[in-house]
Amino acid sequence: MTTILDPTDERVPIERSVTDRPTEIVGTLALLDIAKPRGNVLLDQLEAKLHEKLPLIKINRYTKPTFTKPAPGSLRQEIKANNDFVVEALAD
Amino acid sequence: MAGAILPAFALEDMVGNQHAFPKANRTVICFVKEDCPTCNIVMPLLEAGNASTKAVTLTVGQTNEGNATLIERHGLTMPLLDDSTLKVSFAYDVETVPLVVLADADGRELDRLVGFDRKEWSGFFDEHLSDTQIEWDDYPEWRPGCGSLTQDPVISDRLRAEAENSPLRARKIEIAPSDDVHEFMFDQGFSDGLPVVPPTPERVIRMLEGTSRDSQELVATMPPNMAPATVEKIAVNAVLAGCRPEYLPVVIAAIEAICTDEFNCHGVFATTMGASPVMIINGPIRERIGLNVRMSALGQGSRANATIGRAVRLAVRNIGGAEPGGTERSTLGSPMKFTMCFGEWEERSSWDPMHVERGFDKNDSVVTVFAMSSGPTLIVDQNSRSAPQLAGSFGLSMESAHHVRAHNGGDGILVVCPEHVDTLERDGYTKADIRRRIQEVTTVPLKDLVADDVSGAGIDPARAAGMTDEMLNRPSPKFASEDHIHIVVAGSDAGKFSAAFHGWASGPMGSIPVSRKIDV
Repeated sequence: MTTILDPTDERVPIERSVTDRPTEIVGTLALLDIAKPRGNVLLDQLEAKLHEKLPLIKINRYTKPTFTKPAPGSLRQEIKANNDFVVEALAD
Repeated sequence: MAGAILPAFALEDMVGNQHAFPKANRTVICFVKEDCPTCNIVMPLLEAGNASTKAVTLTVGQTNEGNATLIERHGLTMPLLDDSTLKVSFAYDVETVPLVVLADADGRELDRLVGFDRKEWSGFFDEHLSDTQIEWDDYPEWRPGCGSLTQDPVISDRLRAEAENSPLRARKIEIAPSDDVHEFMFDQGFSDGLPVVPPTPERVIRMLEGTSRDSQELVATMPPNMAPATVEKIAVNAVLAGCRPEYLPVVIAAIEAICTDEFNCHGVFATTMGASPVMIINGPIRERIGLNVRMSALGQGSRANATIGRAVRLAVRNIGGAEPGGTERSTLGSPMKFTMCFGEWEERSSWDPMHVERGFDKNDSVVTVFAMSSGPTLIVDQNSRSAPQLAGSFGLSMESAHHVRAHNGGDGILVVCPEHVDTLERDGYTKADIRRRIQEVTTVPLKDLVADDVSGAGIDPARAAGMTDEMLNRPSPKFASEDHIHIVVAGSDAGKFSAAFHGWASGPMGSIPVSRKIDV
């Protein structure tokens, strides 16, 4: 644990915040399989449900080379460039 | 100090029993550490003293492992209290061990022994632990003690940061071990885009040693958030920037200067034109902090130059809240927005240095801040051999500030390199002569500044059409007055390359240069 002192005027809480969530899902959605066994089963089910509920969105499927390592930079860039949303599936 | 109430404490011994002070009895408190030879000499004495019924003995060890070793080495049966956090040792201001403190039943200090002096100790035992039998001839006459662990520089800084009377009041942010400290600080927006030094409490405590001012003293109210810039908050940002503690008074003085109504830092940072504070340091402090005034004075490579300017900018970003895209809206930005601070090489010319020209004593250390929109732009003249020619070159080059047709303008800084100083001084030129010459060579009639097909910038032709011949022939120099031309000497001995900084909006509606004496 490293402790630092706040250099700001302390008017904003310090926290790791998640990206603002959009109110609707439109455009292109990525489904990223982390390459752990049966993660694809979960994603297949999810893709079917998404098509059913959101027929207008386009879905792209991606797979990491291995679940033991972070996604390669090229894959992250490709997903970022071509998609508006990402769902990453764990298999545990 | 005799008579003072001693800090209360409660410490556990090695088997988990708690021992509190003050007791309802006279108490002997002794601070020891295992690797101190003198402490090892007195351990049997303390063990014997512990058996006394006249006073309670509390022996406080400074490391847990050391306590275990002392117990084993000396076959101790007395409890050895664990102060491995060193908080009690710090509270008692222990400099040397062994330290013996005698307290009365109210916890008031009566006496204090440092190190080992046989005569002192035997007298102490006779008086306060008289039912203890000691063979004093078996002990050396005198042994110095050892430094307390609380005096270790790293530990000392931590203890001061954690102490109840710590000067630190800023919010503490705990960064999880799984998080990267540097990435965290980038994510929080604490950085100007370059890595910053984590402002740990220990580093901020060390930084505060650079000033005698109270950590909570308000230095300025900083726009745009109008936030209180305390000495502590400035010190935190000075750590971020990479400053050494001795730079802090310069950073504080510069922040005082930019937060004046005259300098108008809100306008300086908000303008789309993109102005930056240029900080010029004069006086003895230059040498004391290693500020570069010579080769590459305006460039990289000097920690003082680089980090003082950066600390001011980071303070404005973090305390004031001026961030690009927020209230900072420069069209192009400028590398000067990272940092721009240098000193005048006062000794390289016979001229009055800038701070003396601005009314300070030569022995004062002074920072002067200017709002500059661009620079340094080089003035290349390797051919002029007379002062009028060379100062003429300065004028011709400086005429390009903002636009060649922008005349009667505001502040500009001229940095004269040493080779150019030699040429000018050979003809007896002073700074005043340079200013006069710049105004002379840049003066043109107003009619030459009218917009035309070559450039739409200049006096509106429709307005010019309404002007009389006398008005159109009225002479117009580059600067509104010679006072707007600020001259300093800097740079290496080799090279005929001076430089200029171009100003922003000058005067009460823009920014006025401000000087502040540095509190050293």
